[in-house]
Amino acid sequence: MPEVLKAPLVVEFPFTRSLGPVQSAFLTGLRERVVLGVKTGDGRTLVPPVEYDPVTAEEIRDLVEVAPTGTVTTWAWNHAPRRGQPLDTPFAWVLVKLDGADTALLHALDAPGSDAVRTGMRVRIRWAGERCGAITDIACFEPYDGSAELTGHDGLFEDMVTGIVAPARLDYVYSPGRAQAAYIDALSERRTVGERCPSCQKVYVPPRGACPTCGVATSERVEVGPRGTVTTYCIVNIKAKNLDIDVPYVYAHIALDGADLALHGRIGGIPYDQVRMGLRVEPVWTEGGRYPDHYRPTGEPDADYDVYKELI
Amino acid sequence: MRPVRDIAVVAFGQTDHRRTSDEFSEVEMLMPVLHDVLDRTGMKTSDIGFTCSGSSDYLAGRAFSFTMALDGVGAWPPISESHVEMDGAWALYEAWTKLLTGDADTALVYAYGKSSPGSVRDVLTRQLDPYYVAPLWPDSVALAALQAQALIDAGETDEPALAGVASRSRTAATSNSHAQLRGSVAQGDYLVRPLRTGDCPPIGDGAAAVILAAGERARDLCERPAWIRGIDHRIEAHGLGVRDLTDSPSTRLAAERAGAFERPVDTAELHAPFTSQEVVLRKALRLGADVDVNPSGGALAANPVMAAGLIRIGEAAARIHRGLSDRALGHATSGPCLQQNLVAVLEGDAR
Repeated sequence: MPEVLKAPLVVEFPFTRSLGPVQSAFLTGLRERVVLGVKTGDGRTLVPPVEYDPVTAEEIRDLVEVAPTGTVTTWAWNHAPRRGQPLDTPFAWVLVKLDGADTALLHALDAPGSDAVRTGMRVRIRWAGERCGAITDIACFEPYDGSAELTGHDGLFEDMVTGIVAPARLDYVYSPGRAQAAYIDALSERRTVGERCPSCQKVYVPPRGACPTCGVATSERVEVGPRGTVTTYCIVNIKAKNLDIDVPYVYAHIALDGADLALHGRIGGIPYDQVRMGLRVEPVWTEGGRYPDHYRPTGEPDADYDVYKELI
Repeated sequence: MRPVRDIAVVAFGQTDHRRTSDEFSEVEMLMPVLHDVLDRTGMKTSDIGFTCSGSSDYLAGRAFSFTMALDGVGAWPPISESHVEMDGAWALYEAWTKLLTGDADTALVYAYGKSSPGSVRDVLTRQLDPYYVAPLWPDSVALAALQAQALIDAGETDEPALAGVASRSRTAATSNSHAQLRGSVAQGDYLVRPLRTGDCPPIGDGAAAVILAAGERARDLCERPAWIRGIDHRIEAHGLGVRDLTDSPSTRLAAERAGAFERPVDTAELHAPFTSQEVVLRKALRLGADVDVNPSGGALAANPVMAAGLIRIGEAAARIHRGLSDRALGHATSGPCLQQNLVAVLEGDAR
């Protein structure tokens, strides 16, 4: 087996989320160093607040201020912080029941070591220097033996935060697997390989290791092309971002000779309005290209419709 | 209430679970398992009435990743198919309801997960509350560690007892050739205190498949079908600070609705990726010392994310198929700290 192909794959999104009235008030409060909870029908105070009672599903809107001090209800010592976590030095994850609240908030506790942390210990919020209306406006908790006065805030603010942007990034090392790796390896030699289904004999390009019709593994490698036939096509009139190709151009399904599945590619070397079904084409490689840049006419007579009609 | 149709697990198969499988794509990893369960029943893909799968785009790092795996089940000509972005145990639940309606007599359920391309501890943070929790990136081990400390504070377990759960599970796994961690495994250092590496599941890749059949069809396909006497799943509040982490009322309710408490079970396959979670589940399910818990080694021996719950039901069923159990419980979980729980009660015909 050839060396396993691998490449880094980064998936990154700035998730933009809108807030309902309760979450909006809570996160705006954090920006103003005020912590708000919400009252349930049976008189409990939920912090962090939610819009619906988790027990009764009743809509709840009654905001109430709680203290920035509280008690640790459980904890876990994190000696090796990971990317994105609140502190980059060893810290404790904590659930903290703030004074006046009946539920606990998850956050980080800055403490010198695990010996300094215990369930029941008293803590207070350490505010972030710059706050924007996000859970990270709480930089972390810190040990604190006292209690704090409430500001008497009613939960109404000017300039409410109505949304958050939560960036997320995950890193992967992608491996294409046996069949697709063989396809990519062959492309590096400017060859195209597919795989034949042992049951229906169809040749799949690019191969994925399975025949979707028969549901069996494909394994017999078959070289196809390099020439092929345009089975169908479209004319693209809108320029894609970051794509240096003049419009209009033609994008086509191309059945390479010997393949039972058409792959797709751009057609060049011919005016866009002269491309047609049945046109015989061949790949054009550019220096250093890892796949054909486009396909151009071979000059052969067009293929008969009957030859490619099953591949459209 | 008894189901309106008798439905059974008639075949179960799984891959060997390994730390990496980067020489195979998902469908390449999955296909031998699909053929295994089809061969056991003598069926072809075209004989299957309904197909349902469980997997996660976040593990694959790719949108609609399950469509690639569909090539492995022969999706042309068109088949009746569905997918859940959950553990395959929930796909099994959907297939079970489909068979209950009478729309199909057989179902193929499969699940797979390759954790090796990414960092599963980071990936799982993306299933958390996106407003208050996910921006802090608390990883799956950290959240389980909070639950473990709550149990220790409540006096329900201690670190030696947790080490005992780890040891028993991996010793049991010596008889499971598919398991990733078997035999003596060191408890190791703290990963997130109070959990040590030994308290945590291995990270690995794997797949599993199950075939369900209704009524007489089940008897045709399997010598001793594992009849699903009841199955139910329940969820708790997403806010960790709202829940009592030392208990699992959702598991207890699901078990009650699945009929688990009507008569004792002899075997329980529990989906407890962390040792501390077994403590919670044993209590919620009222399992006595006479119940054989996780004879397969459980998720502490192999934890292919998205398949590990389906494997619990499959392992429970396989023990009934082999005559090693008469009434077994299969459990699956999803979400942090046992947030969502599914319980299935399986029985073999009286002997």
